[in-house]
Amino acid sequence: MVRPLPAKLVAIGLVAGVLSALFGVGGGIAIVPLLLLVCAFAPREAAATSLGAVAITALGGVVLYALRGDVRVGHAALVGLPAMAGALAGTGLQQRISGTTLTFAFAAMLSGIAVWLIIG
Amino acid sequence: MSNGTIALGLSLGLVAGVLSGLFGVGGGILFVPVLVALGLGQVEASATSLLAIVPTAGVGIWRQARYGNLRVRPSLILGIASLAGVAAGVKIATSLPEHTLRRLFGVLLLGVAAQLALRAARSRHKVEPA
Repeated sequence: MVRPLPAKLVAIGLVAGVLSALFGVGGGIAIVPLLLLVCAFAPREAAATSLGAVAITALGGVVLYALRGDVRVGHAALVGLPAMAGALAGTGLQQRISGTTLTFAFAAMLSGIAVWLIIG
Repeated sequence: MSNGTIALGLSLGLVAGVLSGLFGVGGGILFVPVLVALGLGQVEASATSLLAIVPTAGVGIWRQARYGNLRVRPSLILGIASLAGVAAGVKIATSLPEHTLRRLFGVLLLGVAAQLALRAARSRHKVEPA
């Protein structure tokens, strides 16, 4: 396990934050590849560590939006509760596939999002 | 909200959660369009999506910590730096043409995806790291 430089992590976090504010595309889409390419994280570690960061960013955003009265709790539950079950399945599935397969699948998802950004 | 849209919200929520757990992303990319389809405005949808992300990521974090994949200190540094980035991003967003930025970011992501695929292809010849 390589210990990443805090300066690198700060830079990645800043980039992810700026991108998510600009495009509404969550920070994880930037954090995961940067942890893989810049910090030499293993694929499963990159995904897990990204989730930790995403939770902090989302929590900060929710507090700001909630103060303005923009958060709809019922709607959040409607999509969030099934998503919790999905996350349980997704993390479980992740442990059973190889890091290489995971990286390929992530690259495929990224390409899909890229096309959506370019066309949309 | 009709039964159909509720069913759509529930099933796409589930898919977003699977993607979140599998790839380490929040799932907002699916949450936001679903919430807009359910009748929320763009800002409300973004705000509500963030609330849905918190417990979704929470479940993922809990499981990943048990599997031994979570690195707590890097997570905290990334998350806190990201909050600062969001504040800066909001200011940039209001001063630049969004359409051009989206396309540039899309092209950048394609490049990153190609880079990742190339690495994964090369690492097939080496021993799988954990």
